[in-house]
Amino acid sequence: MAIKNQFQIYLYSLSENVAIARVTAAAFAAQIDFTLNEIEEIRVAVSEAVSNAVIHGYENKIGQIELVMKLYEDKLEFIITDHGKGIEDIALARQPSYSSDPERMGLGFVFMESFMDELEVISEVNNGTTVRMAKKFLLNTAH
Amino acid sequence: MNITTFLKRGVLIVRVEGELDMHVANQFRERVDHALETSGVKHVLFNLEAVRFVDSSGLGVILGRYKKINAAGGNVLVTNIQTSVLQIFELSGLLKIIKLYHSEAEALESL
Repeated sequence: MAIKNQFQIYLYSLSENVAIARVTAAAFAAQIDFTLNEIEEIRVAVSEAVSNAVIHGYENKIGQIELVMKLYEDKLEFIITDHGKGIEDIALARQPSYSSDPERMGLGFVFMESFMDELEVISEVNNGTTVRMAKKFLLNTAH
Repeated sequence: MNITTFLKRGVLIVRVEGELDMHVANQFRERVDHALETSGVKHVLFNLEAVRFVDSSGLGVILGRYKKINAAGGNVLVTNIQTSVLQIFELSGLLKIIKLYHSEAEALESL
């Protein structure tokens, strides 16, 4: 399927960049007639993916995160990649209330899964993680 | 993020402003825990009227406070939640254990 628009940013794995990433994602999503609620869902999903890269991928050390956003005919795709420590057991990490930290809810993947129509996680230990997620929209709602 | 805390009728009122994500999670947790320890009260009320965004990091802090306060016999009340933030509370299951109120006055009445 042809890509109609693409936007890509690289960011340091700093906690203050999580907000910049989700604002950028919401701005990219604004070219579609999404509802405010759908935009909010995109903001949360992107925030979770980038937070995971900062907290778990790089364990709060500095690394590079890539956020690629693609507009297709019928969906918006967000691809978040880090080159951190990777996830050993992806199926386990995607379970609700799985978390390596008791103060965290382990809901990151649950929110990504609920708020997006597609979610794919590719990870290799010591090599990093890529989260690809997409939100579909009805045709003819692109400006 | 801005946090204002004060005591009203034996309840620690926490008014939060901004976005509750991983960037502010530690600060948010420390501010509430410090206010709880110094005030010595049992119940906490979070007024989220000026909170525009919450993700699982922000919810985690609220859940963490709930566990602590509940274990000490206190209640956690949440008021004035924005529609955009409500969905994530619903999905998280947090509403099974934390009740929402329209206003601080209504929440204080319930105690």
